[in-house]
Amino acid sequence: MNTNVSQNASVHTADAEHHDHGEIRTFGFWIYLMSDLVLFSVLFATYAVIGFNSAGGPTGKDLFDLPYLFVETMFLLVSSVAFGLTMIAMHNGKQKQVIIGLIITALLGLGFIGMEINEFVNMIHDGAGPDRSGFLSAFFTLVGTHGAHVTFGIIWIATMIGQIAKSGITEGISSRMMRLSLFWHFLDIVWIGVFSFVYLMHVI
Amino acid sequence: MSQSHSEEMGAGKITTKAYVTGFILALLLTIVSFGMVMSHAFSRTTAMAGLFVAAFAQMVVHLHYFLHLDKSSAQRWNVIALLFTALLLFIFVGGTLWVMYTLNSRMM
Repeated sequence: MNTNVSQNASVHTADAEHHDHGEIRTFGFWIYLMSDLVLFSVLFATYAVIGFNSAGGPTGKDLFDLPYLFVETMFLLVSSVAFGLTMIAMHNGKQKQVIIGLIITALLGLGFIGMEINEFVNMIHDGAGPDRSGFLSAFFTLVGTHGAHVTFGIIWIATMIGQIAKSGITEGISSRMMRLSLFWHFLDIVWIGVFSFVYLMHVI
Repeated sequence: MSQSHSEEMGAGKITTKAYVTGFILALLLTIVSFGMVMSHAFSRTTAMAGLFVAAFAQMVVHLHYFLHLDKSSAQRWNVIALLFTALLLFIFVGGTLWVMYTLNSRMM
């Protein structure tokens, strides 16, 4: 937070005030992400408690395809890096690169979601749906909640592509892009927990 | 104005190099996690401990290189909020596991 602004009233210009607003919004969004983290932690705790209760049905060992999961993980990791590079292009004012970067990020995100939906459909088709056991209920709730976040992230990216194509990189748009980048990187961090503790730990 | 404004989370040092470094470290840690499990070369306990360490390290890598969190004063409140949330996570997840996995001895 910019403490200079409140310490020195003479620099409290309209410009500085605006600057402060942007920072406060970003901080407010950060607080939202932290509350989201609390939500995920409860789902992780639930999975940790009932994740091994497969009720005689399929276990993680039977269901999880690790090479497939690795590709899925790479989609999300590379999309996170692509978004980072997009932010650099935005700071340099390169509108075309920003739009291309956002499209690449969204496509990689779609690849991730596509693989996840495909995995879910196959599991449900094989009788391993969320109603099969405590393990699968917890699994679908946690992984599905993460997938829903990524889906909304893609919708947000599409919205930003439209806004940038229409009005260029304005101050408001770059401020929104800042928060979107936090959201997108945050989802990749949650995914580290998912692939480590939901998938890999159950295949050991 | 808009330049410094939009870089507040990055404290103005967002570089391509940071993302490339972060990507390589994250990739290596992901490969370590998958490799430990898929090779079946480790005992269950060792593999689990390894997974925890690799996951925690990768989260720190992401926070530092992608979210640009550091010890600078501009980041102080973000870091404090994160640390407070980490405390909550520890209580929620640790507390839940502690209670649920000792239910047997508690119900005697």
